[in-house]
Amino acid sequence: MATGTLEALPGKVGVATPRIDGPLKTSGMAQYAADFHFEGMVHAVPVCASIPSGKIRRLDTRAAEAMPGVLLVLHHGNIGSLYRTVPGDQDATNSEVRTAFEDETIRHWGQYVAVVVAETLEQATAAAHAVNVEYEPDAANLRVRLSEYDGKRKSASKRGDPDAAFASAPVKVDATYVTPDETHNPIELHASVAHWEGERLTMYETSQGVVNHRVVLAQTLGLPLENVRVITRFLGSGFGGKLFPWPHASMAAVAAKRLNRPVKLSLDRRMMFSNVGYRPRTEQRVKLGATNDGKLLALRHDYLNVTSQLDDFDEGCGEATPYLYSVANLEVTSAQPRRHVGAPMWMRGPGAVPGLYATESAMNELAAELKMDPVKLRLVNDAAKDESNGKQFSSRHFRECFEVGAKKFGWEKRTLGVGSMKRDGKILGWGTAGASWVAISLPCTANVEFHANGRVSVRSATQDIGTGTYTVFAQVLHDKTGMPLETIDVVIGDSSLPDGPMSGGSMVTGSVLNAISNATTAATGKLLKLATETEGSPLQGADVKTLALTAGRVHKQGEAAESGTPFAEILAAARLNGIAAEGKTTPSWEDPKAKDVSLHSYGAQFVEVEWEPEIARLRVSRVVTVIDGGRIINPKAAANQIAGAVVMGVGMGLLEETIRDPRTGQPINGSLADYLMATSADAPEIDVTFLDYPDPAMGEYGARGVGEIGLAGVAAAITDAVYHATGIRVPELPVRIEDLLESKVMNA
Amino acid sequence: MQTFEYAKPAGVEKALSATGKFIAGGTTLVDLMKLHVEQPKTLIDINLLPLDKIEQLPDGGLRIGALVRNSDLAWNADVKAHYAVLSEAILSGASPQLRNMATTGGNLMQRTRCAYFREPEAGTPGGYGCNKRTPGSGCAAMEGFHRTHAILGTSDQCIATHPSDMCVAMAALEATIHVEGPRGKRAIPIAEFHKLPGATPHLEHALEAGEIITHVDLPKPVAGAKSVYLKLRDRASYEFALASAAVVLKVEGGKIRYARVAMGGVGTKPWRAHEAEATLVGKSADAATFRKAAEAALANAKPRKDNAFKVELAKRCVTRALTMATA
Repeated sequence: MATGTLEALPGKVGVATPRIDGPLKTSGMAQYAADFHFEGMVHAVPVCASIPSGKIRRLDTRAAEAMPGVLLVLHHGNIGSLYRTVPGDQDATNSEVRTAFEDETIRHWGQYVAVVVAETLEQATAAAHAVNVEYEPDAANLRVRLSEYDGKRKSASKRGDPDAAFASAPVKVDATYVTPDETHNPIELHASVAHWEGERLTMYETSQGVVNHRVVLAQTLGLPLENVRVITRFLGSGFGGKLFPWPHASMAAVAAKRLNRPVKLSLDRRMMFSNVGYRPRTEQRVKLGATNDGKLLALRHDYLNVTSQLDDFDEGCGEATPYLYSVANLEVTSAQPRRHVGAPMWMRGPGAVPGLYATESAMNELAAELKMDPVKLRLVNDAAKDESNGKQFSSRHFRECFEVGAKKFGWEKRTLGVGSMKRDGKILGWGTAGASWVAISLPCTANVEFHANGRVSVRSATQDIGTGTYTVFAQVLHDKTGMPLETIDVVIGDSSLPDGPMSGGSMVTGSVLNAISNATTAATGKLLKLATETEGSPLQGADVKTLALTAGRVHKQGEAAESGTPFAEILAAARLNGIAAEGKTTPSWEDPKAKDVSLHSYGAQFVEVEWEPEIARLRVSRVVTVIDGGRIINPKAAANQIAGAVVMGVGMGLLEETIRDPRTGQPINGSLADYLMATSADAPEIDVTFLDYPDPAMGEYGARGVGEIGLAGVAAAITDAVYHATGIRVPELPVRIEDLLESKVMNA
Repeated sequence: MQTFEYAKPAGVEKALSATGKFIAGGTTLVDLMKLHVEQPKTLIDINLLPLDKIEQLPDGGLRIGALVRNSDLAWNADVKAHYAVLSEAILSGASPQLRNMATTGGNLMQRTRCAYFREPEAGTPGGYGCNKRTPGSGCAAMEGFHRTHAILGTSDQCIATHPSDMCVAMAALEATIHVEGPRGKRAIPIAEFHKLPGATPHLEHALEAGEIITHVDLPKPVAGAKSVYLKLRDRASYEFALASAAVVLKVEGGKIRYARVAMGGVGTKPWRAHEAEATLVGKSADAATFRKAAEAALANAKPRKDNAFKVELAKRCVTRALTMATA
């Protein structure tokens, strides 16, 4: 067998490896939060406000309480003491400022006003409907448009004099782009199962961050931290909606304590649209000034995003703006007008995804203005360093993303004229856009242990959001110990484990792998030392520096692994059940290799749409995505992430919008039938390429994480392809049939 | 959902003697019960009734039992061969799981997807008027979300779209609905089965109290005709029509000899476009004729602000469906 074949075996770092948790999921054995059941468990169903603004005048629970099986109705009058978390404390981040039932003021449609607990879900559901709430309605501000905002704006980044440079620029683009409210729609609904044992609370949660979740719940409930444990073994995704706790978790905990019975509270899909965040509407004005050769002279990016009455939620649309291109004069400003709507929350690629839709659309409009290839325009303005802070890039291959993508897509065959390309009786449109996303290593700890039963385990309080964290952790352990994947246990999703990071910001892989590697090195060192010191060990008395661990055997360096001793035998000789060590990841802001460089992932999107003017039908037919995401640990899982993000991008470009009733602010398309996301039938042919350059600032493996970047740029590339096919530029997402009916491009 | 009684009779007569709401596939009714829009005291499960056959009629027509599942109907060999428009219409709707449950009779009784009709909080502050759900309460869609709403057959009381694809094909095929009730059996042409909203949008169909649909008869296929269903919508699957067209067209010697045109997604009921048919018969089968027919079909459209695009979309839909039927 050739070495090359061995190297390509699944399990190796960098080799496509099927999910180690796949069999659990396909057989239904994987336990998600709502799958936990306990003796005596009862069910909680929230009651939601049916007005957007006002006060609760009277809340009558008598009818509900008289219904069969009803045990408890919690509301403002009897919830007891709940506490807010410390503002700005990043280790105790909450989704909403306000605690559950904190006051009797209604600030958005759907706000929880009570929660009913009953023996069965059906009884609780029926009784929740019987809670009679009288309101004193107030005027609600539900204006969709944000652009009349005339208050203060904060400056997020500034250099040079962008206004003067724009005024004198020979070529200009000045356009406003709008993205609508979009709702996170993971298949798994948010759920909490609260289980008390005396004063100790265990919460089975749909959480993207069990460590933070535990701190928030302890603070909210007024409990000692050590009395709270949060468990999320599996997540049916979250897209950001499950990053931080929502009020339903403390509602379940209080109810369980009050009744001294385990309580399950699972939201329904309607509540998912009004009570657990959404990507907020943005209105972004972008001004570009350039020379006749396309060199950028000025860039202004002024954005607004909607927020709720109490929460200061900044979408951060200018995240990628200051460093993506070379431009001497630049400013990013923002403001967050309030409406009577629920709290927004980060959604896949927050900030950069809507932000890049705007700035990359403006770049495409500039290319059209200049009659210049939009790929060339990006290359002309490629940045040699991060001009927002003067730092060198750790590993930037933005140019290569475009060059590789253009070649794979066949970009050189693009003809310039609107409606000029055809295939099989359909008009084709081609578009492109750049992508970027932050990279960072967060501080975290992993514990690796060699067990007497011959297995190896890794433990860390992070989560697998559904994208392959279990598997990449096992791959690293396999890489470091040579143990087969089936002898490796990955234990995550439990706040009682050593602190791990949030499953957010594409940061888990880039953060935890280094801790796992350090822990494995330390545990291996202990094991080798044990081999030299243990009575009965064949290696007793050997110099530890001459030993190695290969395929689970301790042996002398330079000798075949088969000659060595399985580590289980050494543990047995030492009468140990296991030998373990912790390893830590140095955060990027402390790591000497990372703290003085600009760390980002990059990408390029190439999109083809098919346009049938006779029936106003537009479909995305082909996407080529090239990603510079550092080293790819598991190309199979990573490609799956990117392809899924591209399909989500099709939805963002053409379909997704949370539609609110103009009088109540209620999301009236709050179901999977009415809120349109891309279906399998809408998924284009997708070609994903990874450049696979390890990032020297990301530690041993050089991996940056690829959860979000695949979505960046897709919508801008789609709208440019739409323009190329139809002659219509739609500056407000999603592009709809009614926008395209205006097209003058006809096939005949 | 409120508690309810449940009965499952085995024969039509037993079902007719029971008092309550019939349930077959439940794909609409259970959904609306969960939303508190429907709150029946008793459900009469009719799934045991012997109404699940598709049979050839002596006159060459086809008899479809009321309990034939949408999937079985769509994939039936006779339907695919002789009533392609019906098979295509059914397969363009819902999802495979829903089609496996949904029945022929239930599809005829399908209720609108109007967001305000489905909103359970009516009557409370913040609730929405819906004359179809709660007569006399108004129509929140008029000044609210109505992008998907009807432009034909509307009234000042209701603009809710009839959501069915199957019924549109049946309108073009001139199906007959057979019903049985306390006063015996009768047959209702599909054109008369669904009611226009007018001043009584809560009255949606011609069934009288206690009547049950037993089967649907399709007339003998028109020899030499070709039929097509075309559905236009935002995404490629699992969405109600923004505009759809069912056409049955027979062309001989370049001239149109027979034409039936019905539209979905635009009407308050499955919309038969007689005006379009009148412009087609006797004319040559060409683009100009088809566009003229489409213009005629939409001549009486009454769009509102956010659904005005449906007028042009429906015209393109009819034009393309006619073109496909001559290809």
